This record gives sequence, C-alpha cells and structure tokens, in this order.
Amino acid sequence: MLAPAYLWLTAAIFLPLSAMLFFSFVTKPPIGLAEWHLTFGNYDEFFLHPLYPYLLGRSLLMSAVVTGLCAVIGYPCAFVLAKVIKGRAREALFLLIILPFWSNGLVRVFSWAIVLRGNGVIAYILKSVLPFEVPFDVMFSVPAIVIGLVHAYLPYVVLSSYLALQAIDDSLIEAARSLGAPARTILWRLVLPLSLPGLVAGAILTFVPVTGSFMEPRILGGRNGTFYGTVIEDQFTAVYNWPLGAALSFILLAVVLGILGLAAPLLRRAQ
Amino acid sequence: MSLLRTLAIAGRVYVGLILLFLYVPILVMATMSFNQSEYYQLPVHFTLDWYRALAKDSEIVDAAALSLGLAIATTVLASTIGTAAAIALFRYDFPGKSVLQALLFPPIAIPWLIIGISMLIFCFWVGLGRGTPAVLLGHVALALPYVIVVVGARLRTFDATLEDAARSLGANTWQVTRHVTLPWIASGIVAGGLFAFAVSFDQFVVSYFLARPGDATLPVVIYTAIRKGFTPEINAISTIIIVISMTIMLLASRYFKFGGER
Repeated sequence: MLAPAYLWLTAAIFLPLSAMLFFSFVTKPPIGLAEWHLTFGNYDEFFLHPLYPYLLGRSLLMSAVVTGLCAVIGYPCAFVLAKVIKGRAREALFLLIILPFWSNGLVRVFSWAIVLRGNGVIAYILKSVLPFEVPFDVMFSVPAIVIGLVHAYLPYVVLSSYLALQAIDDSLIEAARSLGAPARTILWRLVLPLSLPGLVAGAILTFVPVTGSFMEPRILGGRNGTFYGTVIEDQFTAVYNWPLGAALSFILLAVVLGILGLAAPLLRRAQ
Repeated sequence: MSLLRTLAIAGRVYVGLILLFLYVPILVMATMSFNQSEYYQLPVHFTLDWYRALAKDSEIVDAAALSLGLAIATTVLASTIGTAAAIALFRYDFPGKSVLQALLFPPIAIPWLIIGISMLIFCFWVGLGRGTPAVLLGHVALALPYVIVVVGARLRTFDATLEDAARSLGANTWQVTRHVTLPWIASGIVAGGLFAFAVSFDQFVVSYFLARPGDATLPVVIYTAIRKGFTPEINAISTIIIVISMTIMLLASRYFKFGGER
C-alpha cells in the first residue's frame, strides 16, 4: 500500500534531486551528443564571482527579516486567538486568517502590485486625505518585496504558533496565577517556552521557502529584485547554464539544511 | 480586571488589523477588476468588460481548462495513493516507518524553486521533456504529503478495536478496510482531496519550469502577462481564481479542523 506513494515521490522528488546533484558536477548537460566531463568548476564559479555569495547573503538577510516580521506580528495574533477569544468567533477568525495562505500565492503578490504602485490606491487615498502632495512610490523596491512575502507567510506562522499555544492547558496558567505570578512572568516563563517549538516550526517553514523565492522579487522588486533565487531561475530560463544553476541550488540547499540542523534541537523539544 | 478587559479589546483590534492587512489587497484587486479605467483611474466606474474580455481570450480559457483538468487529476491520484499510504503508515507498525514518515517532509520543506528545476533537469535527462505529464508528476508529488498528513490525522482518532471486532466476526482484510476503516476516514479523504486540488490549482513555480510554452497552466499564463504589464484582465482572472481557491478551502474546513480538535 505504501509502494505507489513512495514510488511517485521517488520519481518526482528524490531522483530529480539526485539528477540535479550529478548535473552540478558536469561541464555540460549530458543530453544528446554533447561532450561533457566531471568538474568542480560550477562550485568554483560561486566562489570566484563575489556577486553570487553577495546575493546569497542578500537572500538570507531578506529571509531573516521576513521571518522575524512574521514571528513578531503573527505570534501575538495567535496568542489572542488561542487564549483570549473563545468559541465560534475564534474558529471563524482563525479560518479567516489562514484562508489566504491556501489561496493562490502569485495572485496575492499581484494584488500588492496593484495596491503599491504609484497612482495606486494608497497614493489616491493619501492625495485625497492630505492637503499637500506626498510622493508615494514603494513599488519596485525591497520593502515592497518584504511586504508581499510577509503577506504570503504570516498565516503559516499564526497557524503553527496557534496550534502550540492551544495545546497549553489553561489550568497551568490558572495555577501560576493563583500562586501569585505576575502576567509578565507567566508569559515569559510559562507560555513562551511551552509554545516556542510551534513558533520555531512556523519560522523555519517561512525562512526556507523565502530563501528560494524568485516570483515575488520579480513582480514587486523590478530592477531592485535581483536575488539568489532569480539568478538560479535565470540559469534555466535565460542563460541556459544548467550545471551552474544546479550547483547554485545545491549551495542554497546546503545552507538551508545547515540552518535546519541548528534549529533541530528546538523542534525536537516539541515532541 | 479592567486592565485585562482593555487588553482583551486591544487583542481583538489587533486581530482585526491583521485581517485588514491580509484582505485589503485582495479586495482592492477585486474592485479594480470591475473598474472601467484601463489605467486604474479612481474613482471606480463599474463595468463587466474585463470579464467579457476574458471569455474571448482563448489563451486564458485554454489555460483555465488545463489547470482545472490537472487539479482534478491530481485530486484523484493523490487522494487514492495517499490514502493507501496513510493507512499503512498510521495503522500498522513495521521497521523503517519513521524514516518513511520523515521522507514526507522534503516535498513540503525544500524551496519549490529547487524542486522545479531538479524536475526539469530530470525530465529532460530521461527524455520526458517539458509538458503536461511532467507537470502532473510534480503536482501529485507536492499534494501527496498533505493528503497523507490529513488522512493520518483522522486515522489517529480511529478506534482500532472496531477492526478487531470486524475481524473476529469473520471479515477479511479487504472487507475490514472497505466497511470499517474507510467510512471512518471518509471526511479525512475529502479534506485531503480538497487540499490536493488547491495545491495543484494554485501551484505556480513547479508548473512554470515544467509546462511547455503554449501548453501553460493558468498561473503561468498570468505570470507571463504580469511581466509584460498590468492589465485589468489579469485582475479579473485573478479574482476568479482567488474566489475558487478560497471556496475550496472553506469546503475543506468543514471536513478538517485546521485548529486541532480541542
């Protein structure tokens, strides 16, 4: 009964990843009559051109900013939902918050483009409210990309934090309160440590995909939207240097796995 | 006590602000799709022109048909083989089980960009090339972990003694599965299937690398159009897509509690 599912995953995920690993060590794609041999050259390329490490750093930094914003904005929201609001209102609000996460990501990024563009809605509102002209042009900038990405991943962090917060028994909090613990102590010494694994899980599942984002920077960043992900995309859609693209991807994967490894002890505490 | 009440009100306001942040852009986009001005001029003058233009745009109509077909095929394939795998993973014990469960993680956790290009490389290497079969291969793989996890969650609430009871009354393995296990997890399968539909219908990155030009899915066509410039037609088709995918997830929420059982 397991065979169909795992054969499928092997054909669609695990074999392709192995193929990509192999491609990252060849001079030319071994397709057709092309002459090729094994090389480390594609990995050397990364270290020879300062642009690649710089863009990798830029992508990791943006990812960290987006993850941090999602955590700082999303965790309190999850707390209010899990511990303040009760009953049907809680269920309805929670559903409303995670619903966008399951809707089309591309379309949501595009909707921000409509909102942020010069002559867009915000510019119109500013113009009709304020008596003087304010130049408003956030579009095609890094802040625009960050807004779009926070919008995309915020529901994820709320979801995972909410699940962890909800699992904390209210009677624990009651007990701490009846023993005279101030609200701040309850929050820092009880609620936060117990729900940390959920927050970390949400943060990881935000951080990892954002490092490889290319569609959001392309649409919202314009000329300022060159990131590590867009350079990898270029190798496959514009420059057609597949071996280099494969090597760049594996460097990203290695960095991401390293970060996951660092976070693993925190996650294990969840179980 | 009044401090607590103030905090509770502040908390509700905060959640409200987050909902505004999440929904205002979508509502703006939807409003603009009914706006007459081609250059997004305000105030809004109501029109259905952009929706009429969509119906005449054969590229978009074809892409929509392809996207729907792919989503339905993904739903059927992923929920069938995913349910089988979930029953094996969550109802039976065998060596190596935890490894198999861990293998469900990579398709969700690895950036889609990397999955997309590795599949592109692989499909060319084995001679399959770009095209709808490659896209379907990818969509089902991305949907499978969700189906397995959702059906698995439902299976955890299953009382195993029911199967023992059926077996002691003479039912064979197939009869037990068909008449005892499956009816119990039916709601999980429906939810998992709806997730699979959403994963496929909304998938952009993997389709982008694997679809053949001229045979593109709806998100790929939209992306290409956005890169050329923002037209109100894109607003209209985007609005339709967001309504479809949100409806699907609202349906799924009837069968699967996102917020846990408590």
